[in-house]
Amino acid sequence: MSESDQKSDAQEWDEGDPERLYVITRGRSGSTEKAAIDLVTLVVSRSGPMPGMQPEHAAILRLCQSPLSVAEISAYLHLPVSVVTVLVADLLAGERVEARALVPPAQLPDAALIEAVMHGLQKL
Amino acid sequence: MDFKSSELVDADTVVGPRVEDTLPSSATAAVKIVIVGGFGVGKTTLVGSVSEIRPLTTEETMTQAGVGVDDVAGVERKTATTVAMDFGRISINDELVLYLFGTPGQQRFWFLWNGLFRGALGAVVLVDTRRLEVSFDVIGRLEERDVPFVVAMNTFPDAPSYPIDELRTALDLPAHVPIVDCDARKRASSRDVLMTLMRYLHSLAVTPEPS
Repeated sequence: MSESDQKSDAQEWDEGDPERLYVITRGRSGSTEKAAIDLVTLVVSRSGPMPGMQPEHAAILRLCQSPLSVAEISAYLHLPVSVVTVLVADLLAGERVEARALVPPAQLPDAALIEAVMHGLQKL
Repeated sequence: MDFKSSELVDADTVVGPRVEDTLPSSATAAVKIVIVGGFGVGKTTLVGSVSEIRPLTTEETMTQAGVGVDDVAGVERKTATTVAMDFGRISINDELVLYLFGTPGQQRFWFLWNGLFRGALGAVVLVDTRRLEVSFDVIGRLEERDVPFVVAMNTFPDAPSYPIDELRTALDLPAHVPIVDCDARKRASSRDVLMTLMRYLHSLAVTPEPS
């Protein structure tokens, strides 16, 4: 990689620089709740944001008035999934949100689930 | 505590989903399918042609492994990459939501795949017959991880058209793995690819995978 490539990478990278991401997650890379949070976990707010809340937490509570997946939260907030996962884990621990839809990972998915998906796709 | 200095999100300017893109409160379960293929093979096109929302992009930020985590002073010098992934959504019924993730097949992104494939129903390998070599790596990796997949050959005007049997031989695929032609720009064609995957998964759920 040439020096100019490295420089342009660094510039593109400004927004999500690791130091800032480290700060908003307060240095944590995860918790026990995090293990259960998937890209497609649906998050629903239990209450609105409170004054004085960390802005990222407040933004998630506002977004999740209707169920929204972790991937969608990440897209709307322009934050990496790994950061959103930590923030959602905080909110779960504080009982501010409900997490739905941890469809258990199975080696081979259940036939009834597959039939439901096929039925839905046929309507497209 | 004052977190102002940490703000990455300006809460007042966050644009959430449009009203018509919100899920009903009855949505209680989500499943995912991963679309894998090289750059420019049509992953986002396929996702977009069946998705009920305009495809969204999520990014993951990767710092290079091997950099000392305690070296705070060196943080700004860590080399880092952003890997983007486009995804879409299909509401299957009032309770169940299907998400489709398009992910690059290149080896350097494989470290992202653990979380992506965990709990996924299965995968679609989208193949560009002009660049079959990308697909070899992807298919080998999916086989290693026991992720069930089907192969879809996206139709490009200037791409050589392979008979399915020849493609099967070229990709060294076992007879039970479905291969289909598709036009990722067309909703019906993309839907058929997903249906092929679901029928295949159904056959695996009903009868054990041939060894």
